[in-house]
Amino acid sequence: MTQDLSPLFLSLKVASVSTFFVFIISIALARFMSRRNFFGKSFLDALILLPLVLPPTVIGFGLIVLFGLNGPLGSWLEQWFGVRIVFTWVGAAIASFVVSLPLMYQSVTAAFNKIDSRWENVARTMGVSEWRIFRTITFPLAWPGILAGLILSFARGIGEFGATLMVAGYIPGQTETIPLAIYFAYEAGQMEKAAFWVIIISALGLAIISWVNYWRKKTEIRIGRE
Amino acid sequence: MLHVDFRKQLEHFELVVDFQLDNEILALVGSSGSGKTTLLNCIAGIVHPDAGSISLNGRNFFQEGNKPLKIQRRKVGYLFQDYALFPHLSVEQNILYSRPPKSDMAHITAVTKVLGITDLLPKYPHQISGGEKQRVALTRALAAKPDLLLLDEPFSALDDDTRERCQEELLRIHEIWNIPIIFVTHRQADAQKLADRVIRVEKGQMTEQLISEASL
Repeated sequence: MTQDLSPLFLSLKVASVSTFFVFIISIALARFMSRRNFFGKSFLDALILLPLVLPPTVIGFGLIVLFGLNGPLGSWLEQWFGVRIVFTWVGAAIASFVVSLPLMYQSVTAAFNKIDSRWENVARTMGVSEWRIFRTITFPLAWPGILAGLILSFARGIGEFGATLMVAGYIPGQTETIPLAIYFAYEAGQMEKAAFWVIIISALGLAIISWVNYWRKKTEIRIGRE
Repeated sequence: MLHVDFRKQLEHFELVVDFQLDNEILALVGSSGSGKTTLLNCIAGIVHPDAGSISLNGRNFFQEGNKPLKIQRRKVGYLFQDYALFPHLSVEQNILYSRPPKSDMAHITAVTKVLGITDLLPKYPHQISGGEKQRVALTRALAAKPDLLLLDEPFSALDDDTRERCQEELLRIHEIWNIPIIFVTHRQADAQKLADRVIRVEKGQMTEQLISEASL
């Protein structure tokens, strides 16, 4: 049996794009939230974490309201840039982004909070700029936690189903990610196809987790402990 | 000349500080939680006083009502209690951390030689002993050419022999660089051996003592 591999490539593309933006935005957010105190901080924190406790259908509904052809962002993007989000792979990437952002944000915040502030303070007394301290002290020391968050986000992005189905729909070859391929193969009674994708996504998950465990041990040995 | 005159409310008492220091070695003694580390942190700029002023050689670090001088611009070397070496950087990278690219290495080479840590340069902090960490941290603080050196219990984690050696090195450093040094200690002997002046801090209140009187 020849299997169309496009769901694999599409899932990897969706998860990679979503993880890239999750990486940038969660680091900026975690950095901002760990250094600033302001009115409404707890509320903003809860808002970032909200997708963790909401059913994916609620997130999908919210994204359709926002990015649908009649939604405020959807109509604006269509009118000014001719870009359509719903029923495209970009919609799937946005759905993945929203569900994986809180996972990454939690990991990065925990990683930043774990860093001993004396390391940053001693660097400050040496006249080093805040940006250089972030690049050379904070980020490298938080990297194991950040990487764990990245992997979780990537895995969550690959596995995203509910919100993706609502926003991107099921268009074979265009928005058919692995979880959608499994669901619709099962619905159509194509058990072999469903089993094939179940094995692929499980193997992918296992490979990712094994690599992270190996890498983390190696990093801990290299960094050592004072 | 260092001028320190400030107040800061801590959880259980108010820290009231008022002293001046030439290029001398000052020991701060007193029981745990009496405000000694907070005093060092205020001078370094890690925390800010509620009122008063701090200045070094005419440069205002803190002046009530004005924006405090940034830590980066104070030129204060700070040796934390357990040294706070960057664990992911080698000894050499730790020492060179503050060095701008293409700057003159002569000063750092001189400090490295004085403190005898040339052999440690390729090692990582977890591969060296407590005494070696102390010397590396001191070299790192001096590499940034500070105008003032703050040491928070620098000898507390060292055995007797290493403590003795590190104290000799500190005296030598002071002789060569001739900058004010403030160190916090719990040990009467440390204060008597190293300090030109001793100030006791108890529940935020300071009293200057004769060196011979310095005891816990």
